[in-house]
Formats: sequence, structure tokens, C-alpha cells
Amino acid sequence: MNKPVFGLLLGGVLGAFDGLSALLSAPETRPAIVGIVIGSTIKGLVAGVIIGWFAKKVNNVAAGIAFGLFVGLLLAFAIAAMPNPDGSHYWWEIMLPGSLVGAIVGYATQKYGREGRLAA
Amino acid sequence: MIGDRALDRVRQTLMLPDFEGERYVIERELGSGGMGVVYLATDRQLGRQVAIKVTRGIGRDSMFEERLRREAALLAQLEHPGIVPVHDAGVLHDGRLFVVMKLVRGATLAGHLPRIATLPQRLGLFERICEPLAFAHSRGFAHRDIKPSNIMIGEFGEVLVLDWGLATVLGSETGTGSGTDGWMAPEQAAGAPLDARADVFALGRLLEWMTQGFDRDRRLDAIVRKASATTPADRYENAAALVTDLRQYAMGRPVGAYRDSALERLGRFILRYRVAALLIVAYLVMRVVIAVAFGR
Repeated sequence: MNKPVFGLLLGGVLGAFDGLSALLSAPETRPAIVGIVIGSTIKGLVAGVIIGWFAKKVNNVAAGIAFGLFVGLLLAFAIAAMPNPDGSHYWWEIMLPGSLVGAIVGYATQKYGREGRLAA
Repeated sequence: MIGDRALDRVRQTLMLPDFEGERYVIERELGSGGMGVVYLATDRQLGRQVAIKVTRGIGRDSMFEERLRREAALLAQLEHPGIVPVHDAGVLHDGRLFVVMKLVRGATLAGHLPRIATLPQRLGLFERICEPLAFAHSRGFAHRDIKPSNIMIGEFGEVLVLDWGLATVLGSETGTGSGTDGWMAPEQAAGAPLDARADVFALGRLLEWMTQGFDRDRRLDAIVRKASATTPADRYENAAALVTDLRQYAMGRPVGAYRDSALERLGRFILRYRVAALLIVAYLVMRVVIAVAFGR
């Protein structure tokens, strides 16, 4: 499995969990949870494949985490920018977790496929 | 009256191997051991410097001649970057055996080790020492005289295991008591049947010596103890098995020599994936903070 595919799968799974966790931080979203989870999963899939592609090109854990954080933040911003029916926005509740999920995917795609060795 | 030093010089001069008219030109003595003398020489044919080991005694069929003959034959079969290659072998005009080998420039392990400051670096060096021995074990040979003075670190950091004069085919011999006290496996000293585990014993002692002064944790200590166990059945099968466990240790994975408790396994898992664990904990903490802070 290559890194973009790995990122796609991991991003999708974590995106789904991230969507579900909205029930904790915003219980009033329960009626719309199916849509939230689907949206969050798609966001995770897109972020995951982009971050995985980056990990294929750049071999640096810190850079991978930073890039993942940025991509996660950007896509989460796009979602958070969409207003709720009452006109409010869930900025922090969407962008903060989204960016951290991106950072986790960034780390995981950098580490995927590596092996350790005793120091020379 | 001739002094001792003068007498020694005369003796050395008389014992100088005679390569008159031959391919090699002796330059000077490099060192001597129980088996013979090692000289620095020039190979006139190829224009390079070589080391020539010559037996002490004049005449054939002595014990040392047999060892040198065996060493040459074995080294010719074992081609590995960590084993000094044999270029040539023969008999001098006076009947002494000689073996021409690659000249190794560098320091013995004892001289080099103080430059290796960290435990991971020393473990890495130890792994490289094990490589030629693991190769020899895989080809069915044991060294039987592993000790710091038989390990050299070359000018460019390459590791070479020297002095294969006591080496033997695995399973073909019992221990003869030949070896070096303090490094020799108990079964070797007792004259019992030997296998690769005799070398593992010496490697265990070597690992203990190379890591003294460092804080060995329980797992590394267990690896040392398993390698240098008194009973062969309690040791690693060969050098390769020892290296495998050390690599597991270096990567924070479970080692065969030590059974972790559940808490230790969890701790090692978290330590090994500490960045991922930190990110996940940060995510969960942030979720809780959002839930509390925004009162929803």
C-alpha cells in the first residue's frame, strides 16, 4: 500500500471518528449527525490523500506533521465556514479537531513504511 | 658481553623470513603472538603493502603450523568485509609457513572504544562486530577466540575480526582449552563439544565490556546475561540471533531475553509512538476543552 492510499484510508477513518465526536462537543447536532459524519469522512479522505502524497514526496516527520496540520485546518475551515441554520458557525469545534486529525495523519504517513536500525 | 637488547635484535634478524628473490619484501616486524610473528611487507608484484604472518618454529607439523594452515584455509573460504582476506600462503626456504593477508590500518577495539561516547553508538558498533561472526556461523565455522584485541577498527570505521587461528568447523571438535581466559566459554575450557554458542558466550562478555559505565536497563542486561549464560542451552543459538534481539531492543520492541510486564509493554509502546500518542492525547484533551469551554 502506498502512502497516498494509506493516508486516504487513515484520513477517512479518523474523519469519521472526528465527525462522531461532535456528539460530545456539540450535542445539539445530534439530529444532523449522519450528515456531519459523512462530511467529516469525505474531508478526512481528501485531506488524507493530499497528506499522503506529500509524505511520498517529502521525507521529514516534522514537515509532515506541519503540512497535515495545515491541510486539516484549511479543509476544516471550508466546512466551518458553512453557516448553521441559525447563522452561527462552529469555528473552534470544527477547525481545532480537524487540524489535529490532519497532524496525526501527517505523522502516520511519514512513519508508514520505515524501519529502524541500530545507530552506527 | 652482549646485552639483552642486542641479543634480541640478533635473534629477530636471524628469524626474519627469507623472501630473497620472491615477490615480497619484508620491511619490519609489526607484532608477535603465540603462533608466530607478523611482518609489514611490500608485494612487489602488485605494489601494495601487506601483512605476512610467519610461524615461529622451523620445521613442519608443529601445532602452530597446523593452526596457521587452518587459519589460511578458513579465511580463504570466508569472504566477508569484516574478515581479513588472505592473498597468498606458502612455505619459506627454511620450512616455516607464511600467510599473506591484507594489511589492516587502524586501532584495536580497546583503543577505539573511548571515542564512542553513547550507548546506542556502542551497540551499533557491537552489531557490526557480530556481522562477520554471524556470517562465519552461517557457513559452519566458529571463531573460538573472540576478545577485544582480536577486533580492529580500520581507518574508515570498518570493523575487522582477526586471528582465526583457533577457528573450527562447527560440531567437528571439542574444546581444547585453547582460548583466552575470561573470554572462553566454560565448555571450551572444559574440553566439551563446541558450537556457535561458544562464540556467543564471548560476544556476551564483549557486550558487557563495551557497555560498562553505561546504565544498562533490565532488557539490555537480560540480553547480556542470556548471551553470556554459563550453560550453552541458555544462550542465543548464534551471533545472528543475538543481533536480532539487540535490534529489537534498539527499536523498542519486545526482546526474547526479557519478558515485559503489561505495564512495561504499554510504556514501551507509548514511548515508541510518543509523537502519535501526544497528538492523540492532544486531540482528546482539546475535544474535552471545547465541550467544557463552549458549554455545549
